[in-house]
Amino acid sequence: MTDVTTAPRQGRGRGAARREPDDSEILRLGQLFNKGFGGIGMLLLLGFALSLSTDVFLTGTNLDNLGRQVSIYAILAVAQLLVILTAGIDLSVGSVVGLSGVVAAKAVFATTGGAHVLWAALLALAVGALAGLVNGVLVAAVRLPPFIVTLGMMGIARGATLLLTGGRTIQPLPDGFSELAGGTVLGIANLTWLMLIITVLVGVFLRRTVWGRYVYAVGSNAESARLTGVPVRAVQITAYTLCGTLAALAGLLLASRLGNGVPTAGTGYELQAIAACVIGGASLFGARGTALGALVGALVVGLLDNGGTLLGIDPFWLQILTGVLILAAVAAEHLRNLRGPRSRDTGAPAADAAASGTGDAAGGPAGDDREAAGTGRQT
Amino acid sequence: MSDPGGGTAPVLSLRGVSKSYGPVRALSGVHLDLHPGTVHCLAGENGAGKSTLIKILTGAVQRDAGDYVIEGRGMRRGLTPAEARAAGVGVVYQELSLLNDLTVADNLCMGAFPSRAGFVDRRRRSAAARAMLERVGLADLDLSRTVGELPTATRQLVEIARVLSRDAKVVIFDEPTTALSAEEGEALLERVGALRDEGVAVLYVTHRMEEMFAIGDTVTVLRDGAHVVTRPMADFDEDSLIAAMVGRTITNLYPGPREEPRGDGQARLELRGLRPVGFPEPVDLSVRAGEIVGLAGLLGSGRSELLRAVFGADPVTEGRVLLDGRPVPRGSTRKAARRGIGLLTEDRKESGLLPELSIEENIAIASWRTAGVRGLVHGPRLRRHVEQAADGLRLRFGDWGDPVSSLSGGNQQKVLIARWRALGAKVLLLDEPTKGVDVGAKADIYRIIADLAAAGLAIVVVSSYLPELLGLCDRVVVVRERRLVADLPAAEATEEKVLALASPRGADRVAAPPSAPSAAARQRHDVKTVESS
Repeated sequence: MTDVTTAPRQGRGRGAARREPDDSEILRLGQLFNKGFGGIGMLLLLGFALSLSTDVFLTGTNLDNLGRQVSIYAILAVAQLLVILTAGIDLSVGSVVGLSGVVAAKAVFATTGGAHVLWAALLALAVGALAGLVNGVLVAAVRLPPFIVTLGMMGIARGATLLLTGGRTIQPLPDGFSELAGGTVLGIANLTWLMLIITVLVGVFLRRTVWGRYVYAVGSNAESARLTGVPVRAVQITAYTLCGTLAALAGLLLASRLGNGVPTAGTGYELQAIAACVIGGASLFGARGTALGALVGALVVGLLDNGGTLLGIDPFWLQILTGVLILAAVAAEHLRNLRGPRSRDTGAPAADAAASGTGDAAGGPAGDDREAAGTGRQT
Repeated sequence: MSDPGGGTAPVLSLRGVSKSYGPVRALSGVHLDLHPGTVHCLAGENGAGKSTLIKILTGAVQRDAGDYVIEGRGMRRGLTPAEARAAGVGVVYQELSLLNDLTVADNLCMGAFPSRAGFVDRRRRSAAARAMLERVGLADLDLSRTVGELPTATRQLVEIARVLSRDAKVVIFDEPTTALSAEEGEALLERVGALRDEGVAVLYVTHRMEEMFAIGDTVTVLRDGAHVVTRPMADFDEDSLIAAMVGRTITNLYPGPREEPRGDGQARLELRGLRPVGFPEPVDLSVRAGEIVGLAGLLGSGRSELLRAVFGADPVTEGRVLLDGRPVPRGSTRKAARRGIGLLTEDRKESGLLPELSIEENIAIASWRTAGVRGLVHGPRLRRHVEQAADGLRLRFGDWGDPVSSLSGGNQQKVLIARWRALGAKVLLLDEPTKGVDVGAKADIYRIIADLAAAGLAIVVVSSYLPELLGLCDRVVVVRERRLVADLPAAEATEEKVLALASPRGADRVAAPPSAPSAAARQRHDVKTVESS
């Protein structure tokens, strides 16, 4: 027997929300944001406005430029997303960018003339992976709060970077190294390619693999996940390690793009990455967000920068604008969450009563303060 | 003892008070009169409506109908906790409501700090706190200690002091002795007696029969949210009180008698000498394929802890769990799940649902090995997998992709059952499977449980609601203070019997206070108990 019934959509939570006439602009914006469409809409809007208001925006050179500028932020945002989805946060990505860049620069610098760019790159990635692994183990196994753990790692990695270099920039670096970021394939910059490839890979990982679904499960409710047999700790450790590795990749590319190893590179990037995730629809409480959203979030911020420069807007104003954007994104999500439980309450009992049918007749007196407690908490 | 209410006017009275939560009627037409200088006990099974009644008295929830009068003043329908407090109703909660990180003095004065121009007047604060503590016999307590480091009994007294400081005319005690040792419990009862002698009206709620008989002047019995009887305590003995609490007709909510469990009587789930942390002695229990075993016991008796330990969610000091004769690795929920043990926890929001994830994924989360293909998500296969698992559960939903949080309580519970069905679980451990579920969905869940048993699963059900256990189970195992004290076949189990077995007695409390220090001491007491009985 197939008793699985599909209730008509009307009268359920979302349907009800849609019918309401007082659905204000902000809430609709919130729904959009939450699906990650808010970012895309904003992206299209910005792109459209910029192509109308400037002559240079839609030129190949500018788009190429934009891709190069945004790519490093975008890779970092995707890295950060992996951790944010587990309801964690990684404040150390900016410092890892600096550390890995300097490690790679030192490696190629010391072995000038050799074909060691590949080894230097692998070394840099390994350093990032190690930092992420340490973060992951401290969060998952020792159960320290992610904010504190990665705040510590942020200091450690930055300090190590300064120690390694003595605070001086490492240059010049061989051309082969600069080619990593500077080269093009099919007329499009390597940086842009890498940004797209990383987004697709992480997107597929999160969406299509079981391990990726575990990441969402852990972020949704770690205790529930543990009690269904999800290897929660292993999932957390992989998320932090992957995040560290991708941050190292970003650092490597940044060093390559700049053509030297700058010990202060990547300062403040962690906040940019978090901002991009949030604008792209990720929730800092975990389990909400997509790789595409993170990319879109990074593009929106990048586009604001780029457009602002083209239009000659004061960069200080642009910063304020970015801040407002983050607040709007988070406020929209919050409003949606406030709305969520309410619509659930109006929708649910109706559905359940319909499902039970015989219930009330059979039940008789069913005063039950356990139930009462349950229902009471919802409202 | 003083005369139960005779002559004096009630300080607080309820008339025909009702409360419903959605379709569930928690209280209907309840009367209650509290007189100054008497201790009024409230008796009833779990789920009889005691908590709801207390919440209405304190303004934590609003009544739907009826009158609430304090000292002749009618309380409005939308009564708030602050108004109830101002009118003189104080509560000492089961879970204490003190702020553990603050000092005793700060806790006592919280909300009414003696201050001068916004600065706390420390001398007056100390004097006020000292005066409050003297009323409960704690004059020597160091005011600067943080509350968290005090023993539970002392904390409870501090809480009482705080309640009294607000000129409470009515003090409600909600299971105050659950966390106390026998001596502490007795000291508390003396304190309650002293309050009565000062002319305070006390409403005392407990599961412990002997406490009611020791302290109560009057008792009101609630059953299924309705008022059964209010009489002087002296009119009852233990048996007649239990009968008054239980006397119900069982409805046809339950699937009814089932066939004898099939199979050759081989144990499907077996606990051999399993001793979860905090249990005084190892536990042996075996459940056959097709059998439903109920674990009955009061809140905090260790029922849920036992289930969690079997599933590997809580640590175990010794012993083994066997599934079909093969030992299950200890301490890993992942391995237990892989072997085919499923646990539905008591609180599905805290530890069951993955609220942001879709209905589909919530069902598949434990069984991705079969729902996916080599670690990858395969849409059509996943859909078939969850449809199969949800088949026959009467799950009501809009779309498989909707978040699970959009479902009602009953349907969420069905999703969780489907989750373990999808895994092909052989053993299901159900902790309060019908908590927060309306009556219709309850009947569904009972039927599903019976069907699963008929399909050969071994099922263990924990419930605070005795009729549910008796209606559903083949055997009822009674847990009292973290040990199994009886194993009754369904035919022999009655509510009276189970309740009597599950209620802690004075002797047992000495034997196993929840926080007793050493196992050796407990065992010595055990011997004494046996000898004396």
